[in-house]
Amino acid sequence: MLNQIQQLGANTLGTLQGLGRATLMLFGALWGRPRPLKNWHLYLKQIYVVGVLSLLIILVSGLFIGMVLALQGYTVLAKFGAEQMLGPLVALSLLRELGPVVTALLFAGRAGSALTAEIGLMKATEQLSSMEMMAVDPLRRVIAPRFWAGVISMPLLALIFNAVGILGGHLVGVDWLGVDAGGYWSAMQANVDFQQDVVNGVIKSIVFAFVVTVIALHKGFDAVPTSEGISQATTQTVVTASLAVLGFDFVLTAVMFGG
Amino acid sequence: MTSRKLELLVGFFVALAIAALLLLALKVANTGVAGSDQSYQLLAKFENIGGLKARSPVKVGGVVVGRVASIQLDPESFQPVVTLDINSSYSNFPETSSLAILTSGLLGEQYIGLQPGFVDENVEILKNGDYIEDTKSAIVLEELIGQFLFNRGNQ
Repeated sequence: MLNQIQQLGANTLGTLQGLGRATLMLFGALWGRPRPLKNWHLYLKQIYVVGVLSLLIILVSGLFIGMVLALQGYTVLAKFGAEQMLGPLVALSLLRELGPVVTALLFAGRAGSALTAEIGLMKATEQLSSMEMMAVDPLRRVIAPRFWAGVISMPLLALIFNAVGILGGHLVGVDWLGVDAGGYWSAMQANVDFQQDVVNGVIKSIVFAFVVTVIALHKGFDAVPTSEGISQATTQTVVTASLAVLGFDFVLTAVMFGG
Repeated sequence: MTSRKLELLVGFFVALAIAALLLLALKVANTGVAGSDQSYQLLAKFENIGGLKARSPVKVGGVVVGRVASIQLDPESFQPVVTLDINSSYSNFPETSSLAILTSGLLGEQYIGLQPGFVDENVEILKNGDYIEDTKSAIVLEELIGQFLFNRGNQ
């Protein structure tokens, strides 16, 4: 009994220490004057690794999720003779919910795990320590470009996901199932509000980008520097980031759309 | 990877994202899907347009022949004036034709049903900018229920 309570206490303390180390890491990376011009190539390289290389999976999944939404939505809406509402259904589900969330989950799996593994391996092979020996701050040199690349890339990926998904819904709904093309777009325009839906979706994806990137960087920076430790850290990144995204999504949805 | 290629790819990525944002902002707010074909305009005054919107379809016997271009309120008679874009391949509607605002299904969008009229030698064909005189308003459910209750009360 006492052992279990002690275990609970140890877990709580461990979590809090992890949060503290993550905050310190972020603070160390972002504190002081940012020098994006001097380290321009580092930032560019990371945007390429994190953003451009994730483009294919985002495009394909966006297209298919839009198509499935249209297909599923059509069968239900057709029962009520409300096929015209297919446009708003696809657009609102994507803009408010699926776009930011699915992009964040894919991003955690595709880019987050890679970031953790890369930084974990840098730590295990003592590249980070050697940078410190050369008076180069690894937080500024390694963590900061990756952080900004993640926070910039993911909202852009979510926007692309939304656009491709709506086009995929058009492909299935209009070109295959025969919903009126003008009705698809005009009902969408009548029901989608730029402030309420598009901007709130972008705010969501910025929050998710921050959460996923910080978790991935922290797990890598904090990894036990062995091959087993890196593998555990990578798994933890995907699991923790996904759960955090879903949790934050509920809170944000309640605040934005809950009334 | 050379720096130029890297910059090109990142530039391409950002341009794609901006294109996506533009699509979401403009296509979701305003679009020109309908107007690729040649079209001519007809006008009509209604008593009440119900839930008709710009870009709603105009149908003859269920076939889409055009779209609602714009809806304005006539400043003198306070009646809505609806401008219709009709596809030029359907350019032979007689002036005896009539319009009605109909609803597709119980919950569906509203559209304009065009009923072509009879043709004889005194009847002219509608041209660009002509008014269609014979119009039937949208059925507003509340008015219908009100009339029903009123009639019941009289009995």
